[in-house]
Amino acid sequence: MTSTSSRPGSPASPLRGRAARVRPGSPPDGGAGGPTPGPRRRIAGDGAWPWLFIAPLVAGISVFYFWPVLQTAFYSLTDWGVFGGWTFAGFANYVTLFADPALYLSLGNTLLYTAIVLLGIPIAVYLASLLNLPGLRFAGLYRVLFFLPYVAMPTAVAMVWRVIFNGDFGLLNHALAIVGIDGPYWISTPGAATVAVAIVGLWSSLGFSMIVLAAGLKNIPPEMYEAAELDGATRWRQFRSITVPLLTPSIFFVTIITVISSFQLFDLLYAILGSSNPVLPKSMSLVYFFYREGFVNNDKGYAAAIAMVIFLIIGIVTAIQFRLQKRWVQGD
Amino acid sequence: MSPSFPTPARRGIAVLAGAVGLALALSGCSGGSGGAAGGSGEYAAPESDLSAKITYGVWDQNQVPAIEENIAAFNEEYPDIDVTVNVTPFAEYWTKLQTQASSDTLPDLFWMNGPNIGLYASNDQIEPITGAVDAGDLDLGNYPEALVDLYNIDDVQYGVPKDFDTIGIWANRALFEQAGVPLPEGDWTWQEFQDTAAQISSALSAQGVYGGAGGMDGQTTYYNTIFQAGGTVIDGDASGYASPEAAEGIQFWSDLIASGGSPSIQQLTDTTGDQWFTSGKLAMYWGGSWFRSAITDTDLAANVTVLPLPSGEEQATVIHGVSNVVSAASKNKQAAQALQVFLASEEAQQQQGDAGAVIPAFTGTQSAFTESLPDANLQVFLDSVEYAKPLPVSKNSAAWNAEETELLPQAFAGERPVAEVTEELAEKMDAALAEE
Repeated sequence: MTSTSSRPGSPASPLRGRAARVRPGSPPDGGAGGPTPGPRRRIAGDGAWPWLFIAPLVAGISVFYFWPVLQTAFYSLTDWGVFGGWTFAGFANYVTLFADPALYLSLGNTLLYTAIVLLGIPIAVYLASLLNLPGLRFAGLYRVLFFLPYVAMPTAVAMVWRVIFNGDFGLLNHALAIVGIDGPYWISTPGAATVAVAIVGLWSSLGFSMIVLAAGLKNIPPEMYEAAELDGATRWRQFRSITVPLLTPSIFFVTIITVISSFQLFDLLYAILGSSNPVLPKSMSLVYFFYREGFVNNDKGYAAAIAMVIFLIIGIVTAIQFRLQKRWVQGD
Repeated sequence: MSPSFPTPARRGIAVLAGAVGLALALSGCSGGSGGAAGGSGEYAAPESDLSAKITYGVWDQNQVPAIEENIAAFNEEYPDIDVTVNVTPFAEYWTKLQTQASSDTLPDLFWMNGPNIGLYASNDQIEPITGAVDAGDLDLGNYPEALVDLYNIDDVQYGVPKDFDTIGIWANRALFEQAGVPLPEGDWTWQEFQDTAAQISSALSAQGVYGGAGGMDGQTTYYNTIFQAGGTVIDGDASGYASPEAAEGIQFWSDLIASGGSPSIQQLTDTTGDQWFTSGKLAMYWGGSWFRSAITDTDLAANVTVLPLPSGEEQATVIHGVSNVVSAASKNKQAAQALQVFLASEEAQQQQGDAGAVIPAFTGTQSAFTESLPDANLQVFLDSVEYAKPLPVSKNSAAWNAEETELLPQAFAGERPVAEVTEELAEKMDAALAEE
C-alpha cells in the first residue's frame, strides 16, 4: 500500500483512511490508497490463485495463533488436571475470576504501568524530532544508543536495573543522596515497585517508538518547514504546527503498540522484583497473575480464563483507540 | 465482510476453513492423553544381557561428571543398557516435566524433590519401589529416615534419597573477632543466638555489618525455628500455623529484626542474606549445606566456620534431598529400575560423595564432603541428621508457599502482630490444602 498504488480520482472506500493511518511510513498527504472499486473485478477474475498464494501464511497463523486462541477459550470453560485431562466446568472459572480481588489489583497495576510507559511517547516524539534536525552530528550513533535497550534481552536489562534500584547499595539512591533526597527501597516498597518497573519499561520502549517516529518524520515534506520559516515561525512553532500534526498517524501506531505490549507486562516485572519478593503479590500485572495461577498454582483452566479476559481487554482498548483516533489523527 | 466482495469472500472462508481443519488434524496428533496408568511396583532384577535404551532426567550440570562415573560402573554390570542423561536447568525442569507427564513422555528415570513428589505420586506418574524393597535389593535403613519418609506418599514408597542437605549457621570468624564477640561453641540457645547477633550488629554498625539475617525463606530459616519451638508447618491434612508454637517460631525472626540483629525485610529483599554474607557484611547466615559450593574458592573460605542451629524447646533442622524415581509410563521399566537400584547402592553413593558435588545419602559415604572445607566444621551438617525433620510439603506445596511469601514478611517487619498473621496464614493454607 504505497503512494504509487493510489488512484487520486477514485472514490474513497470506507477502509481507506483507517488502513493508511496505522501505517507509520505512509505519507501524511493522504497518498496511501486502500482497496478501491477498480481492482474488484480483477481479483474475482483471478479465481483461487491469490488465496493459494497466501495459504502458507494463513495456515501458519491458523496453527500458531487462531487455534491456540480457540483452545484457550475452550479450556477456560474446563477444570484442567495438572497432567492433562479435563472436565467441563461451564462458566465457573469466570464466576470465580470476577469475584477475585487479585483480578482488579493486577488490572489496576497494569493500568498504572501502561499510563507511565505511555508518558514515553511525547518524550520519543521530542527526541525523534531532535535527532531528525538537519546537520546533527553523530545522529546514527544516537539512534543506535537509543535503540539498544529495545533489542537487549529484557532479563539482562532487568538484572542491571535491579542493581541500580537496590535500596542500600544502588546507584539511583546514591545519586539521589547527593542532592539530599533519601530514596525509597524501590523494589521492595508497594507502589514504588510498580513505578520502578514502569520507568524501566518506558526506558526500554523509547528506542522502538523513536525509530517508528523517525520514519514518520522523514515523510514530512521539507517544503513545509521552508514555508514556515519564510513566514517567520520559530522552531517550537514548527514543531507544534507541522511536526506533531503530520506525525499523528505514526504516534497513533506507536500508542497502539505500546498499550498492547504494556498490557502484556511480565518478564520485566518478574525479573526486576524477583519471585520471592513479598511485594510481588501486591504489584503483580495481569499476565503475572495468569502465570501464577497457571504455572505456580497449577490451575490451568482458571489461567485460561484470565488469558481470555486479558485478550478481551486488549481488544476492547484497541477498538476504543481506533474510534477515538478520528478526533485527533490527521489524515488525508 | 463487505457485501460488495461476494465471490472471493466466500472462497476465502472456504480456504480458511480448510486451513483450520488442517490445523485441527495436525494438533490432534500432539494432544496429551494424560493420566498414565499407575505403577504397580512390580520389580525383578534384569538379566545382565538386557538390552535397552533409557533416558535419565536431571537438573544439575555440576553433578554430571559423578553421574557419568555411576553410569560407567552400571554398564560393567549391564553393558547393553544405554543411558542418556538429559540436563534441564532447574528453572525449566518442572515446567518441562509437567509437559512430558501430560504427553506420557517422561524420562525413564528422573530426579524428584520433596515439594513435587506428592503431585506426581498421587497422579500415578511414578512407579513405586516396593518391589525392589521386597526383593531385598534396596534397604531403606541405609538412608536418613526423615528423607525416606519424604518419599512415602499414602504409605507407598516411591524412592530413596540420593543425597541430602541440612541447615546450619555459616559464620564469618573475622567479623566475630572485629566485634570482640566470642565464637559460640557447641550447643546454644535461642537467647544466646539473639544476643550474639545484636551484639555484633551494634559493635560493627559503623561498617554496616549485621549479626544475623531474618527469615525470607522457610527451608533455611523459619521452618527450623517452628520445629525448634515444637510446632509444625503441616499437621496431617491441616496447616500447623495456627498453633502458639508456630507463632513462637515466627516471632524469633520478628525479634531478630526488631533488635537490629538483622537487616530489615526490605533490605533483605533488595540484597539477599547469602549476598550479605558473601560480601562480608553478615556474621551469621542460616544456610543449607549446599551453600558450601558458593564459599569454596573464595577469599572468604579461610574465615568461614559452621555452627549448629540454636535450640528452642528442642533441637531441630530441616532436611531435604533429591530422589531418583522411575516413570510409571516407562517402556523400559526393568532397565530404569535396575539403574535406580544401582544409583542407591553403596558403590554408586561413594562415587557421588567422592566427586564432592553433594552429600550422598547412603550412611557412611559422606567423608569427602566434610574434607572439602577441612577448617569449616562441615561435620555439623552430618551430625544434625539425627534430629532433622523433613521439609514440610503437600501435594501442591507451591499454592501455600505463595501465601507464606506474601503474609509472613508482614509479621517479620512488625507491621502486624505475629499471632494475627499466622492465624490468617493458617486459614488460607487450610483452604489451599482442602483444594488438593
